[in-house]
Amino acid sequence: MRKSLWGSKKKSSVGRRGFLKGAAGGAAALAVAGSQPAVAQEPAAAARSASAPVAAPERDPAPSAELLTADRPGSDFMVDVIKALGFEVIFSNPGSSFRALHESVVNYGGNKMPEFHTCCHEESSVGMAHGYAKIEGKPALVLAHGTVGLQHASMAIYNAYCDRVPVFMIIGNTIDANTRRPGVEWAHSVQDAAVLVRDFTKWDDMPISLPHFAESAVRAYKLAMTPPTMPVLLVADGDLQENPMAPGEKPRMPKLTWSAPPQGDAAAVAETAKLLVNAENPVIIADRCARTPAGLKNLVELAELLQAAVINQNGRMNFPSRHPLNQTESRTIIRDADVILGLEVWDFWGTVNNFRDQLHRTYRPITKAGAKMIAISATDLNTRANYQDFQRLPDLDISMAADSEATLPALIDACKKLITADRKRAFDERGKKLAKAHQDAQERLRVEASYAWDASPISVARMSAEVWAAVKDKDWSLVSNNAWPQRLWNFTKHYQYIGGAGGAGVGYGAPAALGAAVANKKYGRFSVNIQNDGDLMYAPGVLWTSAHHQIPLLTVMHNNRAYHQEVMHLQRMSSRHQRQIDTAEIGTTLKNPNIDYANLAKSMGVHGEGPITDPKDLGPALKRAVDIVAKGEPVLIDVVTQPR
Amino acid sequence: MHKLQWTIFLLCAAPLFSQTAAAPAGDAPNGRKLFEKYGCYQCHGREAQGGLGTGPRLGPKPLPYVAIQKYIRQPTGQMPPYTAKVVNDKDLADMYAFLQSVAAPPPAKDIPLLNN
Repeated sequence: MRKSLWGSKKKSSVGRRGFLKGAAGGAAALAVAGSQPAVAQEPAAAARSASAPVAAPERDPAPSAELLTADRPGSDFMVDVIKALGFEVIFSNPGSSFRALHESVVNYGGNKMPEFHTCCHEESSVGMAHGYAKIEGKPALVLAHGTVGLQHASMAIYNAYCDRVPVFMIIGNTIDANTRRPGVEWAHSVQDAAVLVRDFTKWDDMPISLPHFAESAVRAYKLAMTPPTMPVLLVADGDLQENPMAPGEKPRMPKLTWSAPPQGDAAAVAETAKLLVNAENPVIIADRCARTPAGLKNLVELAELLQAAVINQNGRMNFPSRHPLNQTESRTIIRDADVILGLEVWDFWGTVNNFRDQLHRTYRPITKAGAKMIAISATDLNTRANYQDFQRLPDLDISMAADSEATLPALIDACKKLITADRKRAFDERGKKLAKAHQDAQERLRVEASYAWDASPISVARMSAEVWAAVKDKDWSLVSNNAWPQRLWNFTKHYQYIGGAGGAGVGYGAPAALGAAVANKKYGRFSVNIQNDGDLMYAPGVLWTSAHHQIPLLTVMHNNRAYHQEVMHLQRMSSRHQRQIDTAEIGTTLKNPNIDYANLAKSMGVHGEGPITDPKDLGPALKRAVDIVAKGEPVLIDVVTQPR
Repeated sequence: MHKLQWTIFLLCAAPLFSQTAAAPAGDAPNGRKLFEKYGCYQCHGREAQGGLGTGPRLGPKPLPYVAIQKYIRQPTGQMPPYTAKVVNDKDLADMYAFLQSVAAPPPAKDIPLLNN
């Protein structure tokens, strides 16, 4: 569990020793020149501290005496820290407040490990980091401007926060008013840069020295990766980045020691095992459970051990879609359950209650009386007051403030100890019934998918089936959140699904898909994104990013030419108010003119085809697209679809 | 779960209404237009095939007219109410005729893409 940060730098193009050697050489060269004023020749400790007074000249020094260069800017050390933490990629839209750090990444760090990926919007930067983390299981680094950049990024940060996904951000800022450039830099400087997103980040800091930066970076990384995993943010002061380090200065680099994820209390685990083993109809509901492939494996083991039904709410790739115990499509399984175990379920209350969105909002439980309910969730370990993503409080019998994935092994062991031969026989019988129910549900889904099979606009089921046929023989990864593929495709591996936005903030889909594709690229996986049209239009610049960085990604537009959820909401209001209901498309649709996504893609260097309206044309177009993506390039296919 | 509730209601209600009067005569082509105009397609799809998580399939072979009419006017699930002030009986009859006209799809077992 322990990792030496410096020990992880073996592959760094510029090692710490070489870096210090180079810095010393630079200092020697300056000494030979002998032209620096005393203050500038020896960068004072004050110059390394963002809060300490800076010995700034009151008038311009004589040109011959002015120090104009720096060989060891603080930003170089920041890059050492970044490299030591093992970041592979940076997603960033450039900004002057981190210009020194940007330059150090490129020239001092060699733009490798991490590599700078140019984004066209900070929301895209964070969205890409969100998707990347879901595949890679660790954060990407986002660099952003401290004020306007962070304002752009905020919605995407909120999504990652709600989705319990680690994102590591460094934003620039200039805290010292004495050194700010007049004009824009004042507008882009702020007393407390992180306050904007503090309600939905796990931790932030504004280091005022390089040792402080290193310590806070390690702390931030550790906290981001400790369940519940969440975004973290550091503010890199402009002076701290740009001022040179003192000769021989070796800031302390703390050791990164991972925190073991919180496991459920032993007594609570034992009681849960007792309830599960003795239950007649236990149901396991998994939402953001499988953080890693181990989560998927262990959930399968628990379900098979108990022959228990599993409902996958698809926050993560929790459970194989065609596993006989997968009862996600069951219409009665929760109603009949006597024990319900929720694993990182975002909305437990909403899962076990039926809520009617009518004029008078009503609800009723859908579970039978006496059903025992158990939740294992890390959410209780880090819940804030302001934003209400914590959902309604469910009536639970056992609640463990713990990480589900980390608790599963102990729960499996506890169950094994309690299973008797009689219970095993009962489990086997239950398993046969569930397998039959799964098979029936699969057949029902196929029939449902057949309706409107030849329709134009193309049905979403048909589109999903066509895409599946095109990619199923690849080592594929669905890097978007779509329901029909969950019904029709054969999901077995952890990286084959990345779940949803978390906070349901529109604009997540396209960048998250691209970020996930960046992570998949090094494994040679085939990334496919079924992309909502409204979502893409928030920040379509990700198409350019995919072309510029040659990220192989098949984007298939689910182009229903609307913000369709909002169309339905507007119609609901119209019918409730008994008024004209054919106006629901005003302000909610993307028509007149229709958006030509294929040409939009082409304009940014991405292969584009479409719009495709005849389902017979879709299969051949996908085949052409797959061949191009297999060569390492992004492709967009525009498919005009039914609403849902 | 609103979809489930709606389905259960209709399945339960169907036998009650199957003995009642037949559906009024309607104009299917006009019903298709009205199905769009009134936004029924938004939840149920343009071919009435149903929408995932939004609304159940309505055709082909729709449930009895009276059951559908009753539910539209006074839904017990998530569906918004459509009073006669918004959708009159004549238009409803035309839309019902459209639902009756929806062609059956090919059997799922005969569609290779749905069997891999």
